[in-house]
This record gives sequence, structure tokens and C-alpha cells, in this order.
Amino acid sequence: MPDWLDRLFGKEPASANKAKERLKLVLINDRTDLSPQELEIMKNELIEVIARHVDIDPNAVNISMTQDGREQRLVADIPIRPPKRRGGSKK
Amino acid sequence: MSATVLTVCSGKGGVGKTTTTANLAVALASMGKKVVCIDGDIGLRNLDVVLGLENRIVYDLVDVIEGRCRLRQAMIRDKRLPEMYLIPAAQTRDKSAVSPSDMVRLCDDLRQDCDWIIIDSPAGIERGFRNAIAPADSVLVVTNPEVSAVRDADRIIGIVEAEEKGPARLVINRLNPGMIKRGDMLTAEDVLELLAIELIGIIPEDENVVISTNRGQPIAMDGKTQAGTAFHNIARRLEGQKVPFMDLEVRDGFFQRISRIFRPGGDA
Repeated sequence: MPDWLDRLFGKEPASANKAKERLKLVLINDRTDLSPQELEIMKNELIEVIARHVDIDPNAVNISMTQDGREQRLVADIPIRPPKRRGGSKK
Repeated sequence: MSATVLTVCSGKGGVGKTTTTANLAVALASMGKKVVCIDGDIGLRNLDVVLGLENRIVYDLVDVIEGRCRLRQAMIRDKRLPEMYLIPAAQTRDKSAVSPSDMVRLCDDLRQDCDWIIIDSPAGIERGFRNAIAPADSVLVVTNPEVSAVRDADRIIGIVEAEEKGPARLVINRLNPGMIKRGDMLTAEDVLELLAIELIGIIPEDENVVISTNRGQPIAMDGKTQAGTAFHNIARRLEGQKVPFMDLEVRDGFFQRISRIFRPGGDA
């Protein structure tokens, strides 16, 4: 919903929510000493290594940082493609 | 007697560390506790003016540490309360005059004959802050519901944990219920979710804090204001009492109340 509509209905207030979202990201960087750029590099390296062993869709990989109390957790969601049938296709 | 050393810090300046220190000292002293507060901000002392004791300083913290006076001589007694004392910071010296082990020794000397030692930490994460947390048994982190203050609080909480002085407890100062209602200020719940530490108190924004500081009479000396009561509540929680958090919500107007009645699932 656009901000002005949110405001009209008196929910999802604008600037406080913005502050919270920004802080979430800033605190992740501060606590882990890991910038979004470094996270992206790491993600690509991970995909490279895993793709060597299993067939994955690089575009479906989702790596994110979650907060658990004061602990940061790196969560990787890597869907594996179903194995292709061996020996070619039958007619 | 064996005192608990409580250090009040924040990272960011201007969030209300000194005001919190002064008012908790007053509130604890008015409960009959013997309290010594120490201004840890060497070179930029302020706890003396906030407490209204600036005209009574003879010796300071650095004088004690460098042996120019005895500890008792540097303790200024606040005559408005049964047993409250201030050890002021030196104004002219630089902060390298004091080391963390000096602070530990000083507090050990004091511990035997008081209930609380409250140290007002300087802003930042440098030497002065390290000095202030070195003797701490317990740490309070003061923040405001505002991005830079919360970010700095998070850094401080991390350092306090790394120094094994944690877990720190949080004071949210200058909360403005009207702004929260409009959606333009982080709520206490937002701040707690971000920082993930225990809350010990919320102080509402209150003009009376400025007025009382102008007079050198901490707001906790006047029991009638909301902010004063909030400080007394923190003091009672420090003493282990279970005190419910104040209701700081802005009351709804007539039409909002009516509309709430008709809203499905609305709270009654």
C-alpha cells in the first residue's frame, strides 16, 4: 500500500517504519562487519562451490542475515533442481 | 554494606546519561540508600551542574587518584537527601589522568560503606568509557528512540558484552507518545526488538526535565512529574522490586474511541 493510503487509514506509519528498516540493516553490518557488497561476493562464491556438486538454480538462491536475540545468523536457502533423467530422452 | 557499581553509558552524546545518573542517584537516595555518584567525564564535567552542586567542589576524581586528597574529602554531600554524595570529574585535566585500574581501586575503596556507586560514563567508546565500565557490576545503556542513538547503543551493548560486563539493561529516554501515535517515532517495542536486551525503564519526553536541570534540582526530587516517576520506577527495579511499566499512551479522543467500538476485533 502506498504511504499516503497507509496514513489515511492510520496504520503502517511512515518515518518510524523507515527508521526501523534502516536500523535493521545498519545493525547487521555493524555487528558482523560485513557490508552488503561482501555478502553478495560471498553468495556468489557459495553458489560456485555448491554448483560444482549439485545442480542448483543460481537465481533461486537466497542468502540472508537473520537476528536471533543478539546473535546474527546467516541463512542460506538453496533449492536443488530435480535430477535429470540419465541416458537421454526416449521417444 | 557492599555497594553495587552501576555504570550509565550510551555511546552517543546528549541522550541523557547525566540526567539518568543524577535522577537514579536521587531516587535511590530518597529510598534511604547510601549513594555515591562519580562523574566519569574527565575534562567535560557536567554531573555537578545537573545535581546543582557545582559551587561546592574543592577536590575532584583526579585529585583522589593522584593522592592530593583523601577519598572522603572529594565526596560532596548533597544536603537535600539523607545520604548522597558526588565525586566530581576534573575539569582541567585530560582523560589519560585516569586508568581503568584506578577506577577499580577507587570503587573497591568505596564499596564497603555505601549501597550504590553510580558512574556517569562519557560519550564515545574511548578511554573514558573503558574507565567507567571497568569497575561495573551492572551496566545501563541509555538511548533515545532515534536512529543514531539506537545504532550507538548497539555498539556499546556489544562492547559491554565482550568485556563480560553484560548483559546491559536499557533505558529508553525522551520517548514522545504523540509522535509514536503519528507513526513518526520508533516505539519502545521497536527499539527492544532491534537491540534485543532487557528494558529497565522508559522516560517520556518532558519539558520539566529541562526546567529542573536549569534549577540544579533533578526532576526525581519532585515526585509529581511523569519523568520523575519514571526514574523512581527504575530505581525500584534496580532494588529488585517488580514495578509495572507506566502507560505512556496518548489517550484517544471521543471519535476514535467510538470508531474503535465498531471496528471488528478492536480491543475494548
